[in-house]
Amino acid sequence: MAELLICGGDVVFADRVEKADILVAGGKIAKIGKNLRAEGAEKIDAKGKTVFPGLIDMHVHLREPGFEYKEDIASGSAAAVAGGFTQICCMPNTDPVCDNAAVVGYIAARAKQTGLCKVHPIGAITKGEKGETLAEMGKMKEAGAVAVSDDGKPVMNARIMRLAMEYASDFGLICLSHCEDKDLVDGGVVNEGYNSTLAGLKGIPRAAEEIMLSREIILAETLNKRVHICHVSTKGGVQLLREAKARGVRVTAETCPHYFTLTDDVITSFDANTKVNPPIREAEDVEAIKAGLKDGTLDCIVTDHAPHHEDEKNVEYNLAAFGISGIETSFPLSYTYLVRGGVMGLCELAEKMSAAPARILSLEGGRIAEGETADLMIADLNEKFTIDSNKFVSKGKNTPFDGMQVYGKVCCTIVDGEVKFRA
Amino acid sequence: MDKGRILMDGAAIGRTLTRLSHEVVEKNKGTDGMCLFGVKRRGEIVARRIAALIGKSYGVQIPVEGIDIGMYRDDLVSGYFVPEASVNRPPFSVDGKNVVLCDDVLHTGRTVRAAIEAIFDLGRPACVRLLVLVDRGGREMPVCADFVGKNIPASSDEIIDVKLAEIEGEDSLAIRRIQKS
Amino acid sequence: MLGKDLLGLYETSAEDITLILDTAVGMKKLLTQNLKKLPHLQGRTVTTLFYENSTRTRCSFELAAKYLGAGTVNISASSSSVQKGETLIDTGRTLDAMKNDVIVIRHPMGGAPRLLAKNVRASVINGGDGMNEHPTQALLDFYTMREKFGSFRGLKVAILGDIKHSRVAKSNLFGLTKLGAEVTMYSPATLMPQGIERMGAKIASSREEALRGANVVMGLRIQLERMHGGLFPSLSEYDKFYGVSKEHLKFADKDCIVMHPGPVNRGVEFTSDVIDGANSLINEQVLNGVAVRMALLFLLCKNKQGGNENNG
Repeated sequence: MAELLICGGDVVFADRVEKADILVAGGKIAKIGKNLRAEGAEKIDAKGKTVFPGLIDMHVHLREPGFEYKEDIASGSAAAVAGGFTQICCMPNTDPVCDNAAVVGYIAARAKQTGLCKVHPIGAITKGEKGETLAEMGKMKEAGAVAVSDDGKPVMNARIMRLAMEYASDFGLICLSHCEDKDLVDGGVVNEGYNSTLAGLKGIPRAAEEIMLSREIILAETLNKRVHICHVSTKGGVQLLREAKARGVRVTAETCPHYFTLTDDVITSFDANTKVNPPIREAEDVEAIKAGLKDGTLDCIVTDHAPHHEDEKNVEYNLAAFGISGIETSFPLSYTYLVRGGVMGLCELAEKMSAAPARILSLEGGRIAEGETADLMIADLNEKFTIDSNKFVSKGKNTPFDGMQVYGKVCCTIVDGEVKFRA
Repeated sequence: MDKGRILMDGAAIGRTLTRLSHEVVEKNKGTDGMCLFGVKRRGEIVARRIAALIGKSYGVQIPVEGIDIGMYRDDLVSGYFVPEASVNRPPFSVDGKNVVLCDDVLHTGRTVRAAIEAIFDLGRPACVRLLVLVDRGGREMPVCADFVGKNIPASSDEIIDVKLAEIEGEDSLAIRRIQKS
Repeated sequence: MLGKDLLGLYETSAEDITLILDTAVGMKKLLTQNLKKLPHLQGRTVTTLFYENSTRTRCSFELAAKYLGAGTVNISASSSSVQKGETLIDTGRTLDAMKNDVIVIRHPMGGAPRLLAKNVRASVINGGDGMNEHPTQALLDFYTMREKFGSFRGLKVAILGDIKHSRVAKSNLFGLTKLGAEVTMYSPATLMPQGIERMGAKIASSREEALRGANVVMGLRIQLERMHGGLFPSLSEYDKFYGVSKEHLKFADKDCIVMHPGPVNRGVEFTSDVIDGANSLINEQVLNGVAVRMALLFLLCKNKQGGNENNG
């Protein structure tokens, strides 16, 4: 029996945007066409609105278990559907670290209990994210892990990373690498450059990111294994990836909205909500990130949603926690800056925010087609609104975008054919 | 500009200062234990003239010194300014002395109050007497001069101009109205 | 016009800097004549909140406050308590509740005074924050330069030493460029921060080039921990290639003045014959520091009085 009928929306397909009705039944997209009718189905009027495949964020921090005061699986899932996301992948830097099947299973179970969006756990590469010995990737995969990463901490030892790439591939898992040479970072808190000198805050050189990024490319190339680069923020990083991809290296990469919307001018206010790792860079990096998204060097957009408690941000800049609560601002920022900004069209945006992550992690969804799972998002692209962190569903109100005017309001999020969010 | 009405010329001022010098000695019952302070900078000139006149008449050198009241003004905080001031370091002690404080014009009495505070910062005199060339009235403090050269009751829109040879090249005393804009 | 706080010279106008220096002239006159007690801050409280060791800055502020009649309270917190103890905002609120009027803060982290200022009613003066700014040190440097040269226009100022970690260098640079002076900097490449040219500094390629024709030669303290951090190999190597001796001073203008925010490492930044030489105004700087801080406290409190009629 038909459950939902989405009428009159502009539907974003992989290759075109077209006005169409979508009939949802049994959690799947049953039919796409004009003037569809369905007895007894709940009707959603999408006239003047745009229907996207449900967004997929392959890089979020849900903080549970261990840091529930920042966020938990329930609040993070609620924030995700409010942001238009139907699937999210959560990083393992919890307490205890998600480095074993038990924690992976716990997260999966809690997500199911919450029943909002689909939550896919990412297991740690090394036990305790210490960078020393490999975590039980096979068992974690069985329990539901979709990838491995020591995100938040780099795997400093190249030999361990090499072993991780090799071993993970046995289980069809991909390593997501947080690239950061800790020696070069040396306690830095912002991008090294004019503004770090101006503010007198210790800088993080781009080289810290790019050196490890090169290492991952070299390892992936030598071993002929896949690797995925997390949150690319620099011009040099984009260039390294572009060259590697041209050579056929099996590397994919992501970036986040704050790397293509902000320059490090914002740090001179000393507002700790601008503190994020990698740091917000300069104008030429922003341009390079956009170019990388446009030419496919950067495969996808993630949020690196990193909620923190207010007390962890309302302190001296050096002492503040790194991270931005981004899952509820990702779509409007990406739409405003990339589509309205003339970098890409709606199909490409859907590719970056849904199809590509699904492909990289072999997840369902990511596109609107008959027979496909009914993960959908409806947005009003013409509605201009002001970002207000007080209205965030997430526990984390830490955003540098407060007060910014954007377009693209998420109106409705449908997961497996069920409406999970309505604005 | 209105140059005002001359009330005393140089000769008249000279006669008045001579009278005042005698009155000071008379009141002091001689010149013993006496010292003079003049409020900087016109009062100091008056004080030095009086001291010179006493010296001439009585053949004694009366200790005389100018006193800077900049740091003792009562409007420093309300007016919020940094005073031009110098330190008061007279070459003689004021302890137990009969101090004659000299100024050119006595008006509100605020300057005198400040000067008394300044003197007491230097020590504890036996008494402080006040000598002024002109008392124009208009007191805001309970202050009364012991020796007055001339009483010139003046209204608040009048100004007493005192010229002294050491500064302006001639002695004179005039009264004029404040120009209304 | 000067606001509630003085957090840095980057955001302070040339007019305000000049106002502070002009006011300090009167203060110095009073100081040199030993007429120190002014009544302007009577009944007010100035607290020095120092999360880093300092003798001269704190002492200078404390005396300046006392000379203006204020009560002073000194709070020393170790650097480690920044991370473990009460949060800065809570400390500030406590001081506010005790009706403090001015808080002078020194903190190892850039931006801390701004965070404090945002959260307290009291005026906040930055007494040095991390690698960010040290505005009162720069103001006293400006006072010293102006007293000697009368004006800043075309004045050549050479700053040598650890520029990267120096809040003094930056506050000087921000102020001096606004006032019309030329600033040239020289240091080992490891101690030179990025982007400083865009802030108006000229980077010299040699010690001699930095010093050539300089009217002001300013040395910055080299901290031993920088050497331990590997930023330069040894003090003697630093002295040999980056330090300034009497011989090097010959490249500078013959009437140049030698300045240093102190404390000086003799034989590292400057040789003793430079520190104690005829061109050195290092001790004069200390006196000027009290005058400038008096002027600043005076002006900030005057501002706060809010439109008090000036009948002086």
